[in-house]
Amino acid sequence: MKCLLSGNEALARGAYEAGVRLATAYPGTPSTEITEAIISYPEVFAEWAPNEKVALEVALGAAMGGARALCSMKHVGVNVAADPLMTAAYTGAAGGLVVVSADDPGMHSSQNEQDNRHYARLAKIPMLEPADSQECLDFMRLAFDLSEHFDTPVLVRTTTRVNHGKSIVTPGEPLPARQTGFTRNPPKYVMVPNNARRRHVVVEERAQALRGYSETTPLNRIEWGDKGLGIITSGVSYQYVKEVAPNASVLKLGFTWPVPAELIRTFASQVNRVVVVEELDPYLEEQVAALGFKVEGKSLFPIVDELNPGLVAAGLSGTPAPSAAPEADLPGRPPVLCPGCPHRASFAAFKKLKLIAMGDIGCYTLSVLPPLNAIDSCVCMGASIGGAHGMSKALGPEAKVIGVLGDSTFVHSGITPLVDMVYNRGTATVVILDNGTTAMTGRQEHPATGKTVRGEPTVRLDLEALCRAVGVKDVQVVNPCDFAAFEKAMASAVSHQEPSVVIARSPCLLLTRERGKPVTIAEEQCVECGLCLQLGCPGLMAEQGRKRELRPVVSEELCVGCGLCAYVCSRHAIKEAGRE
Amino acid sequence: MSNTTNVMMGGVGGQGIILASEVLAEALMAAGLDVKKSEVHGMAQRGGSVRTDVRFGPKVWSPLISPGGADLLVAFEQLESLRYLPYLREGGTAFVSTQVIVPTTVVGGAGYPADVKERLGKRAKRVVMVDAPGLAAKAGNVRTAGIALLGAFAPLLPVPDEAWEVAFAAKIPGRFLEVNRKAFQLGREAGV
Repeated sequence: MKCLLSGNEALARGAYEAGVRLATAYPGTPSTEITEAIISYPEVFAEWAPNEKVALEVALGAAMGGARALCSMKHVGVNVAADPLMTAAYTGAAGGLVVVSADDPGMHSSQNEQDNRHYARLAKIPMLEPADSQECLDFMRLAFDLSEHFDTPVLVRTTTRVNHGKSIVTPGEPLPARQTGFTRNPPKYVMVPNNARRRHVVVEERAQALRGYSETTPLNRIEWGDKGLGIITSGVSYQYVKEVAPNASVLKLGFTWPVPAELIRTFASQVNRVVVVEELDPYLEEQVAALGFKVEGKSLFPIVDELNPGLVAAGLSGTPAPSAAPEADLPGRPPVLCPGCPHRASFAAFKKLKLIAMGDIGCYTLSVLPPLNAIDSCVCMGASIGGAHGMSKALGPEAKVIGVLGDSTFVHSGITPLVDMVYNRGTATVVILDNGTTAMTGRQEHPATGKTVRGEPTVRLDLEALCRAVGVKDVQVVNPCDFAAFEKAMASAVSHQEPSVVIARSPCLLLTRERGKPVTIAEEQCVECGLCLQLGCPGLMAEQGRKRELRPVVSEELCVGCGLCAYVCSRHAIKEAGRE
Repeated sequence: MSNTTNVMMGGVGGQGIILASEVLAEALMAAGLDVKKSEVHGMAQRGGSVRTDVRFGPKVWSPLISPGGADLLVAFEQLESLRYLPYLREGGTAFVSTQVIVPTTVVGGAGYPADVKERLGKRAKRVVMVDAPGLAAKAGNVRTAGIALLGAFAPLLPVPDEAWEVAFAAKIPGRFLEVNRKAFQLGREAGV
């Protein structure tokens, strides 16, 4: 029965068909829906792990125990999980272990666009690159077989357009979930130097065997066409190539580490011009060049951003790509914090108190955009706390420095830097924006919500008790939507020279769906000072002012009546419904 | 590219573009066509500008539409129709909801354009402005505006009624089926 599936749904289906027993992940665009899709299969134990390193360790443990295990993450998650990944390549994965790296060329929802194909080469583990949803399903099934056969973790590397693209899939028959059990084997699983030295030899022997497999696998195939032009490609780029160069000869690579050297030689030696079409780094191009062929790639196509058929056609023909740029006078429409979002209230307070705000990864990163302009850095998950500690050591204890991050991000990577700050007599303030969910990726549960991935109740991580336990004496829990109290709590926390934590607790409005009545503006009282418009709330629109440049107008559809604009109004011109 | 038809849908995150595009893609598959659809989740959905590419035909390769490649531009909001206009081919067709959502960036600087239809007309051969919010209200639920808009351009697609029915049943929860069917029908009458 054919169905329309996203790449992520197809990856989950493929894992299920392969008899996966355990699936673990930390949410991250564009990988999140793999785990969300897998909970539709009740046979599979699924979980949200606090971070990708933990997730991979859990999956590896399950594989050592003889079960098939899946671990999915976004590209930057692999950085977090890189430590176990490198050594899992040594221990092998008895039951079958597949790691999905969902890369984000174009950075639709990411802080960098690193090319994770390098990780397969670095860890010396096989890599598969599906090009559409059917291949997501088929490759995932095969990945488990390869993992078991070669006793290695397998990397399935996707990109946003594969994960979030939908195409027609014919599902297969599921295999029964197997469980071969644990066989004690310290020389294989206990990576002390003496054992690891022997296992490194195994890794290199396995790489040699994988080179042989790469030559014969049906995942790597030549589609002969006009031999004037030979294109080597993988992943979604293959679709663009078929679209714009239907007559060219194509070497489609689905198994991209190790690359098939002989197959590449066969192909490249029979075509007049060899071109590699790939997104981001010249990963394939360099390996083709190393075989001694004259090859074009990054000289024709951009190394930054994602490709599309127009860019591929332009690169192949040497003509300019068609422009997607709209007329210059159109106002932009960047993503914004929702109307009534508690984060807006928090950042308005930080701005008022003129704090240096080291930011983090989550919805609240959007407060960097004008007109809010309220954070000063954003690097990676958890970096706000270490950053704030370092910044305050650099500027001295008088500086008003905060590290600000969400509840899920704090659990992911905020606990160890908080320990560091306390241990090393730091004086910064950490603000945990606790909205009770992982909002940016689509509202996933996490350890401090008290619910599992399936929504079942579990032990709730107590954030305030945790902060006290690591040695923070000044821990306050305040609702940021109680504007005056929150401002007071923040002023107090940053004023004394010891580490402090403020837990800004107010639920994400996308969870509660609570809506109050819109505010009203008494026009005769409004002096058009613009303070309310500086909040960047979609519920307030700016129209041509009568006195000065712009005046606020309430959007009846969008305003949820949170009252923050009324609080900041210099003339009490904005009234909350039911309050005078 | 000639055998593939390209529909680009643009609007503001939260307007129901994903649901409308899901229904469209399911209907095209039920009509026996190959179909691919591409969009972006995550940060793009926080009230920002969003786009979904839907491509169909006997065999579809790329999930993405290139600039100048869309046969049909469907915009859920007026300003967004201009943002994605470079994707429409010269002489293509545009169906645009009359909905206006003023972005927060309209604080000084560039204002909201007043001449949307005229600008569209420079590139599109046919521009149909659809009072999707009005039709949705008439159907009985303002959140069905996207489905009303879908109804408006549905007659241009090679999709029989049975296939639309299959798609509705697959993608819309039972209790909202009737109101969405009604919005779709009102759109269909308005678009012709």
